[in-house]
Amino acid sequence: MKSQTDSPIIEVAARGLAPVIQLIGIYVFFHGHYGPGGGFQGGVLLAAGVLLLRMAVGFENSQVQVPSRKTLILCSVGALIFAGTGLVALLMGGNFMDYAHLPVPGMEAADIRYYAILFIEIGVTMAVMTALISIYDDLLGT
Amino acid sequence: MESITNALAIIFVLLGSFFMLVGSIGVVRFPDFYSRAHASGKVDTLGILLFIIGLMFFSGLNLISLKLLLIAVFVAMTSPVAAHALARRALVFGLKPWKKKQEEK
Repeated sequence: MKSQTDSPIIEVAARGLAPVIQLIGIYVFFHGHYGPGGGFQGGVLLAAGVLLLRMAVGFENSQVQVPSRKTLILCSVGALIFAGTGLVALLMGGNFMDYAHLPVPGMEAADIRYYAILFIEIGVTMAVMTALISIYDDLLGT
Repeated sequence: MESITNALAIIFVLLGSFFMLVGSIGVVRFPDFYSRAHASGKVDTLGILLFIIGLMFFSGLNLISLKLLLIAVFVAMTSPVAAHALARRALVFGLKPWKKKQEEK
């Protein structure tokens, strides 16, 4: 595995720190219900973990984590999850993003709201993370 | 017990702010990039570590001090690596270290 910087200190530190940053990103994402955090911040932290590897071990070596050609696809899927959930609620007779009208059988309205917010936060996280990685890859010009 | 931990917290935060002050003076006063990177990297790490240790004494044994300990560990890991990366990239780029002769000319 040939690295970009030829400095083992930077490479080892980045390879050790990137999973921890991504773990903290997932923690921030799930903590968004109770405190500071949420989908956008969690997505930015997840992207920061990947971009640290992009900078430290090189562009080609870090394709294993998130391939460049899949970033825009995942970004579109995340935005589709976010807007599509609201549109389904609109189609089922409620307001836009009125999650109590989502067609989930066997759940109360409050539970549906709770899990639907978590669901659209997944979409926001995916969209933000992959959009930031895609911006970085485009700035590299490769 | 409360007053002892508060006194320890004050001592550590004052030590940390002293090292922060020394590092800031070093960043302003040192002659070239490498010694400035040394001042900002090494002394900032120590300042932030002492700050966080003081805040851990201040908050006592609970979840907040555990999170502060995690922050201290990650600052201790990342700040020297960042200073190393900066100085190494400057050296690879070809920046010459400062010598005393240049000042006399």
